[in-house]
Amino acid sequence: MTTVAPAGARIIFDRPELLVDRSTHYCPGCGHGVVHRLIAEVLGELGLGSRTIAVAPVGCAVFAYDYIGVDFVEAPHGRAPAVATGIRRVRPDAFVLTYQGDGDLAAIGTAEIIHAAGRGELLTAVFVNNGIYGMTGGQMAPTTLLGQRSTSSPGGREAAFHGYPIPMTEMLAIMPGVAYAARGSVADAPAIGRTKQYLRRACEVQLEGRGFAIVEVISNCPVGWGMTPTESIERLRDVVAKQYRPGVIVDRTREG
Amino acid sequence: MTTATIPPATLHHGHRVLMKGNEAMAEAAIRAGCDAYFGYPITPQAELLEWMARRMPEEGRPFVQAESELGAINMALGAAATGARVLVSSSSPGISLMAEAMSYMAGAEIPMVLVNVMRGGPGLGGIGPSQADYFQATKGHGHGDYRVPVLAPSSIGEAMALMADAFELAERYRTPVFILADGTLGQAMEPVELHFREPARAADGWSVSGADGRQPRVVKSMHLEPEDLEQHNLHLQAKFAEISAREVRWAGENLEGADLVIVAYGTAARVARTAIARARAEGLRAGLFRPITLWPFPSAALAEVAARARGLLTVELSAGQMVEDVRLAVEGRTPVAFEGRTGGMIPTPGEVVDALRRLHDATTAQPAGATMEVRP
Repeated sequence: MTTVAPAGARIIFDRPELLVDRSTHYCPGCGHGVVHRLIAEVLGELGLGSRTIAVAPVGCAVFAYDYIGVDFVEAPHGRAPAVATGIRRVRPDAFVLTYQGDGDLAAIGTAEIIHAAGRGELLTAVFVNNGIYGMTGGQMAPTTLLGQRSTSSPGGREAAFHGYPIPMTEMLAIMPGVAYAARGSVADAPAIGRTKQYLRRACEVQLEGRGFAIVEVISNCPVGWGMTPTESIERLRDVVAKQYRPGVIVDRTREG
Repeated sequence: MTTATIPPATLHHGHRVLMKGNEAMAEAAIRAGCDAYFGYPITPQAELLEWMARRMPEEGRPFVQAESELGAINMALGAAATGARVLVSSSSPGISLMAEAMSYMAGAEIPMVLVNVMRGGPGLGGIGPSQADYFQATKGHGHGDYRVPVLAPSSIGEAMALMADAFELAERYRTPVFILADGTLGQAMEPVELHFREPARAADGWSVSGADGRQPRVVKSMHLEPEDLEQHNLHLQAKFAEISAREVRWAGENLEGADLVIVAYGTAARVARTAIARARAEGLRAGLFRPITLWPFPSAALAEVAARARGLLTVELSAGQMVEDVRLAVEGRTPVAFEGRTGGMIPTPGEVVDALRRLHDATTAQPAGATMEVRP
């Protein structure tokens, strides 16, 4: 922690040491900042800052390396799990974390995430799912909900025309190489608290050498969704979380 | 039959053995200190991957057969970003898939060696030997303003020697480096004097390893501000200029007094050598100019050789790609003819001798030094 408390006062909330002290490029109300903070907290609490090599995606979170104070490699679009595999194989002592959005992980990078999970690579994957391509201006993503409007599904997503949303984390969770898969949310403080626990567990799973771990975090994109930050949080809680249900999806570290 | 049963402990530098090109390149990479290999099966380079699958675990080093060439090259990107010495190999269609990451690695200045055992294209093409990826290798693979050094061996022994050189160049200039072989070099077995060398490793100061006792590092190619990106490009261009000034390689044979000069690399140069011997027996004064670096192309040296010749004949296993660089090098001052076969076909020495005769006849009909264009 970085703040010095005056005599008689107690610090109850502060910027984590691994969260860089600068304003972000994220739009007002965006959930990425919350997820960045949770990662910085967990890495700090587990003492992993000096041995973490993280992989940044293509998408809004490409600048994660400007905000989380660890070593980073920038991956081509969708390739973060392959880049992380290469790091993992030559750096067995490193803690390796990937950070991807839903366009990156669930569209262009499906082969890479499935095979990294299939190999049971010792990686911790953070998958921020806001159901839209934020950086390019709000196009439909594989995770966009049926009926949801986007700039490339202007009449709303229709199953017959656009296909169905892809439940990536459930798909990954069926593979034996996946030791841990959970879905969190940034909708409110209790959900954020649980998300932090999932992230912490997903990091421990790698440290224990148990296998591939992934935490999907459903998040909001007020600008891409055409909403105020408050409306977007309400939609995340009342609509998105009903389709992508938060909770632990698989935990093979507790089996047998 | 392959040489895969040779116990590696019996392979010593300087010994002469019968060895397959793909396997010789793989073992040369291991002896050059390759820390990790990532690949995907494709003909005609599969034996390179298979050799690594057996040998890398023996050495306690990572080997991953990836889900695709995209997976393989991006694993290489990640491993190399930590400062590891990394090899990737593929053949033409696979190299097309790797083009994306090549651009990222050039931009992020990540060293790596990539072997292309070329086959015939376009598309799925065929699996016979080809040099049709010259444009791809030398003019850019992915997007953006960048170049990478391209080394072109013409024998298995030379391919082994160039492997160590490629790692050295890659690390010295923080760049991907191509070894451009072809299906013949990959698949053929020939007696080879084993050439093993492990280049020294320089402290790098840029790679990621965990920010332990130092500021965090980022290995990236993104520079969103145009002013920043232009500065980065100027830096890259200065590096390319330095490579162009310092790393040009070529070899000449029978160039003394040669008035007909064949320009050829790789397997085409082997054919040319046979053709030149026949042509000289007929009294034609023919010689060979063999580029070893295709980028940087030995333009100045070629222009000098060309100035003393009546004509140049470029021989390629393609419809004519390097010939464009040959013409640029001589700037119209020397006639340039072309002889090539495509699709996995190889020009015969007889065809090349015929082409030399045509060039001889065409160039002796006019005064030496006259500007003219000779096409087949």
